[in-house]
Amino acid sequence: MASDRIAIFPSRMALTTMKGKLKGAQKGHSLLKKKADALTLRFRQILKKIIETKMLMGDVMKEAAFSLAEAKFASGEINHMVLQNVSKAQTKVRFKKDNVAGVQLPIFEHYTDGTDTYELTGLSRGGQQLGKLKKNYSKAVELLVDLASLQTSFITLDEVIKITNRRVNAIEHVIIPRIENTLAYISTELDEREREEFFRLKKVQNKKGKDRAANEARKEALRLQGVDVDGGNLLDDQYDEDLLFTD
Amino acid sequence: MTHSAKSGKLLAVIGDEDTCTGFLLGGIGELNKHRHPNFMVVDKSTSVSEIEDCFNAFKSRDEIAIILINQNVAEEIRHVLDAHTDPTPAVLEIPSKDHPYDANKDSILRRAKGMFSAEDLR
Repeated sequence: MASDRIAIFPSRMALTTMKGKLKGAQKGHSLLKKKADALTLRFRQILKKIIETKMLMGDVMKEAAFSLAEAKFASGEINHMVLQNVSKAQTKVRFKKDNVAGVQLPIFEHYTDGTDTYELTGLSRGGQQLGKLKKNYSKAVELLVDLASLQTSFITLDEVIKITNRRVNAIEHVIIPRIENTLAYISTELDEREREEFFRLKKVQNKKGKDRAANEARKEALRLQGVDVDGGNLLDDQYDEDLLFTD
Repeated sequence: MTHSAKSGKLLAVIGDEDTCTGFLLGGIGELNKHRHPNFMVVDKSTSVSEIEDCFNAFKSRDEIAIILINQNVAEEIRHVLDAHTDPTPAVLEIPSKDHPYDANKDSILRRAKGMFSAEDLR
């Protein structure tokens, strides 16, 4: 593909710049490849953890739902009381950031503040079962928050890996070939110019040789006629005319 | 994500009554200053568009970082979930009391499946 090259004037300087560019592109390519590898490694770890946690979540949720049933059995219908008496969240999450090969991964971290809002809602019956229920659901929330941060990392990493791979491929299959094409173009062009120059020199040499030969031949002919072609010896001339004091 | 480091974020729940009750007892329920709750109870009479609206409302609320959704409810609005590709808020599908968890339906695991073979998922 001779057409796929950078529009540039083929000169030695351009050749040097192109060589520099090629080096830069290759370095960038290897760095990006390393980054992609590091990200993929992390990505696989996270994926494995997600699958494990998802499986675990099934059990935890089952236990939690079961304890809800127990609590209901002990204290009657509590759903409405709970749903109506919502005020302030006790369990919240906050963000932390993790850095993987220059990619910011959000990590959720749950924390509790404030008091238990259901302390005073009259859910006094079935206390033990309720306590267990709360504990089980807190555990579920904890697990789900972990899962959420894994999942968020997963999505973020997925996106970043895609972008990185796209860049790696672009450099490998578009940018580097284009630079190489340009380099080849410049060097052929320079070679061409060198050959031209060589040819011209040869031509000039040839012409000069011919001229000289013709000259020699003419002189030889004159000499045969008895004409002094060599111009004689300068020192043979005895008389030297004065230049300034002529009378 | 820039200003969120200080203030805590909330979890939101979309699910059946029992799931909501359980998580509220777990201490995640909150009413914001407009008295909008961060949970939604889905029963048989809830229409799909209502769930969709609620999900979109939770999604656009700044203080919600994680949305928990019952898998049977998620199934109803699968197209909305699949369209949601941003990392935050994280959408988690959880099993409900009367629907066991099916890993093959999960949006994330389906995405993951392209990279892992079936036996890795067990």
